[in-house]
Amino acid sequence: MSRLTDANVAIANEIITRYPRPKSALIPLLHLSQEQNGWVTDDAMKHIAELVGVTPAEVLGTASFYEMFKFEPVGKYVINVCGTMSCALMGSEELLHHAEHRLGIKAGGTTSDGMFTIEHAECQAACTEAPCLQVNYRYRFRMTPAQLDALIDDLAAGNLAGEIPPHGTLARVRQHIPADRSVGAVPPETPGQEPVWMNGKAAL
Amino acid sequence: MTGTYAHAAGFYAGDRPRIVTSRFEYADSHTIERYLATDGYKGLRVALARPAADVHEEVKNATVLGRGGAGFPAGTKWGLMPAGNVPRYLVVNGDESEPGTYKDRLLMERDPHQLIEGCLIACYAAGLSRCFLYIRGEMATAQERVAEALNEAYAAGYVGRNILGSNFSVDIVLHWGAGAYVVGEETALIESLEGNRGMPRLKPPYFPAAIGLYGQPTIVNNVETLANLPWLARNGAEAYTAIGTKTSPGTRMVAVSGHVKRPGVYEIVNGTTTFRDLLYGEEFCQGIRNGNKLKAFVPGGGSAPWFLPDQLDLPFEASQVGPAGSMLGSGAIMVMDETTDIPHAALTLTRFYAHESCGKCTPCREGGTWLERILTRIVEGNGTDADLEQLIEVGTSICPGDFPHASSERLGLSAVPFPYKMTTICFVGPSAYAPVNSALTLFPEEFAARVTKRNRIPVTAVSGE
Ligand SMILES: Cc1cc2nc3c(=O)[nH]c(=O)nc-3n(C[C@H](O)[C@H](O)[C@H](O)COP(=O)(O)O)c2cc1C
Ligand code: SF4
Ligand code: FES
Repeated sequence: MSRLTDANVAIANEIITRYPRPKSALIPLLHLSQEQNGWVTDDAMKHIAELVGVTPAEVLGTASFYEMFKFEPVGKYVINVCGTMSCALMGSEELLHHAEHRLGIKAGGTTSDGMFTIEHAECQAACTEAPCLQVNYRYRFRMTPAQLDALIDDLAAGNLAGEIPPHGTLARVRQHIPADRSVGAVPPETPGQEPVWMNGKAAL
Repeated sequence: MTGTYAHAAGFYAGDRPRIVTSRFEYADSHTIERYLATDGYKGLRVALARPAADVHEEVKNATVLGRGGAGFPAGTKWGLMPAGNVPRYLVVNGDESEPGTYKDRLLMERDPHQLIEGCLIACYAAGLSRCFLYIRGEMATAQERVAEALNEAYAAGYVGRNILGSNFSVDIVLHWGAGAYVVGEETALIESLEGNRGMPRLKPPYFPAAIGLYGQPTIVNNVETLANLPWLARNGAEAYTAIGTKTSPGTRMVAVSGHVKRPGVYEIVNGTTTFRDLLYGEEFCQGIRNGNKLKAFVPGGGSAPWFLPDQLDLPFEASQVGPAGSMLGSGAIMVMDETTDIPHAALTLTRFYAHESCGKCTPCREGGTWLERILTRIVEGNGTDADLEQLIEVGTSICPGDFPHASSERLGLSAVPFPYKMTTICFVGPSAYAPVNSALTLFPEEFAARVTKRNRIPVTAVSGE
């Protein structure tokens, strides 16, 4: 189970064609599988290996380097509380402790109902809006413990389902390169020429 | 009061020249309709109406300094590619994750078409035939906005084959990461884009311009760097260099966070704006919170050695900040007021770099972890004076010699200029020690008060850690 669905295989194959070498598509395809299943399963990695033409070990080798890929089920909502300097100066440690206390788990853990995972995260590029956190990589800025409680209540009640998709889904818009507009990718070793516009003349 | 917009959290417009944030006041600044109504893709038309080499020359003349951290001029970098080796690639560094840095995400979310137009101009000028736009994995909204914008731009004929009916053709492929700070280092970015673990490559070659993606000549540029190009193409190098100073022309996006009254992201005039302006100016951060005193600040992202209030009058100018012992890095200032627990503040940075080590170099992999553990022990009140020596010992194994630091009248210290010497492949290793060294050098009393004296044990015997 949990190989990519036919619809996702079609998306995967299209993504692969954008790269001069198929292996470059590994991270996007791992995300696709995580979007489908909520985490990265062994079967999905084997399937991705087939699609890309590398070994499953190579897929795992790459995947295991990156923190966003989860190799066991996590909560429907993964709450990442930033703990780096700007947020720490503004009270993020209390925020994280509050989240741990409220959900009865430690950072890194998942609630028994499978709803929430909390993580100690590093700088999220929102340092002026400290302390901040992300739920499934959607931001909440200048958080107080009370706001965190309200957020957890809203998530549990399903009030934010429209804004925050379940864990695994990142962008809800995919790039489409129309066939009639695409230049296309060629393997880097294909003998080529200088781009045609590098001829000393204006292109327009 | 100066513009602040719900749709651009943290951004303050102010009454200053704006090159890259000019559309931020519009709630729909990310759409192609708004972009086209506000000079969008005009720079591309201007560029395509000139030979590529002329456009490259214009960028060189403008001295567009790289905004990703190293400050290398973009036009010069493009000129480092060996002739005759094709294909050549552009890789856009949208991996923003240096502690304190918040600007590229805003530029991608609020004005994705400006970035796309910048990529097109760079590809045209430097003869690059394929562009990969690498966005940090954790930035779902930025990925969405750029995907939408690319779809619009392809449909309208701005990206892809025979752009605007010309002989210029380039695909821009959206790529996204999966959580690893070190991937922001340009050779690690390339490894990651090849589908590998994101570990920096051994140097030399120092620039991927010679050997980059798939071994081909590759230009890696930061999001903000490229976002400058549409304005530059429309207005020319002379107008660009009329803003800022000769050595640091144009503007810069700067994020000021921490203990100021109004933390925010500001587009500032390069080279002339001082740290005092930024921290205390009415149009910027308006002073320290609660009327407190300033204790120290980090001037250029988590890797940068810290400054004391003595250095407030330095301008945002690399040639002055370097000799004073630090760097401007990625335009990230983190402010600590008098209530700050300095060893703890240092720990929140050292922990970051220790966690983000890719593990390739021993001094970084082992040293970072040691620094984090020893510092944690000290912060928790379990440290001894031997731990302080150990911190320095581990630190100097990552960065041999004098570590850069600021001058301090109070401590009778004179500045040791940036950059550091290092035993590692990339800056992550030295960055783990940078906050420790700054904190130890500038606030020794806070450490002394925190540790207990222990009978002296030779340092070599303490290696059971
Ligand atoms: C550890 C490390 C992390 C980096 N992270 C980033 C980053 O997140 N974004 C970025 O643009 N540059 C980052 N850089 C700098 C890049 O290596 C590279 O210099 C830059 O992207 C070049 O673009 P520029 O010339 O336009 O500044 C990092 C460098 C190092 C050593
Ligand atoms: S310094 Fe650290 S992060 Fe950089 S290459 Fe070496 S081990 Fe990896
Ligand atoms: S330190 Fe928390 S977002 Fe940067």
